[in-house]
Amino acid sequence: MRLEAIANPSAVRRLGLPALALVLTMGVAMALALVAGANPLAVLGQIATGALGSKLAILETLNRATPLIFTGLAVAVAFRAKLWNIGAEAQLYAGAIVAVVLGTGALGSPLVLPVSAAVAMLAGALLLLGPVLLKTRLGVDEVVTTLLLNFIMLLFVSYLLEGPMKDPGGMGWPKSTPLIPEARLPRIVEGLRLHWGFALAILAAVVVWVIQTRTTLGFEIRAVGQNPEAARFAGMPVNAVLVKTALLSGGLAALAGWSEVAGLKGHLSSDLSPGFGYTGIIVAMLALLHPLGVILTAIFVAGIFVGSDAMSRAAGVPTYIADMLMATALLFMVLAILLTRVRVVRG
Amino acid sequence: MNAVVDILISASFWAAVIRIASPLILATMGELICERAGVLNLGIEGIMVIGAFAGWMAVYQGLPLWGGVAVAMAAGMLFGLLHSTLTVPFGLSQHVVGLGVTLLATSSASFAYRLMLPEVTSPPKIAPFQPLHVPGLSDLPWLGEALSQTALTWAAFAMAGLVAFMLYRTPLGLAVRAVGENPAAVEAQGLSVTGLRMGAVIAGSGLMAVGGAFLTLSAFSSFFFEMVNGRGWICIALVVFGAWRPGKAVLGAILFAAFDALQIRLQQTPLGAALPYQLFLALPFILSILALILMSRRAEVPAALMVPYNKGER
Repeated sequence: MRLEAIANPSAVRRLGLPALALVLTMGVAMALALVAGANPLAVLGQIATGALGSKLAILETLNRATPLIFTGLAVAVAFRAKLWNIGAEAQLYAGAIVAVVLGTGALGSPLVLPVSAAVAMLAGALLLLGPVLLKTRLGVDEVVTTLLLNFIMLLFVSYLLEGPMKDPGGMGWPKSTPLIPEARLPRIVEGLRLHWGFALAILAAVVVWVIQTRTTLGFEIRAVGQNPEAARFAGMPVNAVLVKTALLSGGLAALAGWSEVAGLKGHLSSDLSPGFGYTGIIVAMLALLHPLGVILTAIFVAGIFVGSDAMSRAAGVPTYIADMLMATALLFMVLAILLTRVRVVRG
Repeated sequence: MNAVVDILISASFWAAVIRIASPLILATMGELICERAGVLNLGIEGIMVIGAFAGWMAVYQGLPLWGGVAVAMAAGMLFGLLHSTLTVPFGLSQHVVGLGVTLLATSSASFAYRLMLPEVTSPPKIAPFQPLHVPGLSDLPWLGEALSQTALTWAAFAMAGLVAFMLYRTPLGLAVRAVGENPAAVEAQGLSVTGLRMGAVIAGSGLMAVGGAFLTLSAFSSFFFEMVNGRGWICIALVVFGAWRPGKAVLGAILFAAFDALQIRLQQTPLGAALPYQLFLALPFILSILALILMSRRAEVPAALMVPYNKGER
């Protein structure tokens, strides 16, 4: 077999195939439910109601989506330039550390929130700067360096939580001292458990969208991603564009950790992120790397995770079904997107 | 300093080095085969997890230990088939597909674990491989203790030799290396680029899974969710460090294992008590990054690595 480009893919092809990918993922969900000895349709229903069935469930889904929007944007921005930032997990923790360092009394109101957000972004940006400079200067693959940094960062967090940041009142649990009230992100509506981090995430998506569609940098990022040689030939500073992309991407990922600490948890612990950095890759790919699409896919992915937790308690299907479905959706989706552009021919 | 020397001359230290190096050697050989054929396999981390789980579960269900190794290898090859189908004939991004395979394999292991053992709080143990008694060798002073290793360790080193022989001394190995350098030339010879690359990825993934199974069947006798803990990513660094050559990659794995075994022992010295233990645990990852930087200037990377091949183009 070989692949042949399609000159003008039809709308049915461009929309139908990604939709088919999601339908096939649902099919896999039902198959896994059967394997687990549960009723497939009931399992799908329980995931849906667990994610969206009540006001509480919807708020939980939106809360879970907040860090995923940030990490999804971080990945979308980087992947657009073919910069493979797999280190969003580490950058997330960099932002979370800053939220604790500046939010436990070092700064007072009204400075603390804006300053700690800005410093958090800077920390995440700097963390990605290293791997990117290694890539542009020495040709070291950034996939491996960013992946390895995730492990180093988690150990660093563990050290901080058992040492300098340890909460004396933590009863032996490795968690940081709690943030002062002025350093906490308030709720959007009093009485509803949804913090301003969610609104900030939406705003970030809009800003990234404006950067990508209305600025020179956005144009350069796309050009570098599509063909770095051509971009270089056209006189674009390819390495400088990659560095700028990295700073933006690392900063966005750091906001995920910053908002989880300042908005949701109020302290840092080593289980702050159940892999939000890695899930951000799925969020970004499902959104076809579109910043506004990231909002929708982050809510979708968050809903699957929140809904699966609820379903697991009711139906007894292991909650890891959510991780399997997301990985499956990712693989189906990249194949579906390819097949919107090419067809398979014999020979 | 004396403490370090004492550690370095002890036979138990070298026994640990060889033991720690074994899973790294198996998985690194797997990745090396994939990359020499032109395919970066980032599924390695997840494939090691599924290998660790499948091998352990098979033995727990009553298969003999070598049966567990075979099951692990089959599971790895299955994920290799998935990876190579998407990356070779379809030419999809090896980065995205590899990470997807890692996520799918890891979550499959977790899902299957919970499904098969819904109630347990700590995973059951199996009877793992025991150190082999080699007549003559095992009775030697010092060397006997250092080489007191399980059959799976001996198999890992033998496998590295086999991979080197296959790559450099057989027509198949020549074809695999050629397909990673110049696939069009291989196609012109009447060989199938798709077949060679898919075969390399499937075989390599099988080896990665056996590397994972080493952890449950030879090293720890039980399965934990976090047990692979970045070893797959370290193996990717080892392939680069070894300049895509089996012999150098084995030396790299041994060097790496020596640092790992040393840091475990240094933690128990006064120096170790003064420093946070997390620093020691981070050492393997820091070393991997340093190795990548050190080797970055050498241009021995297969020319067609990460370049998909579509017949009829160019």
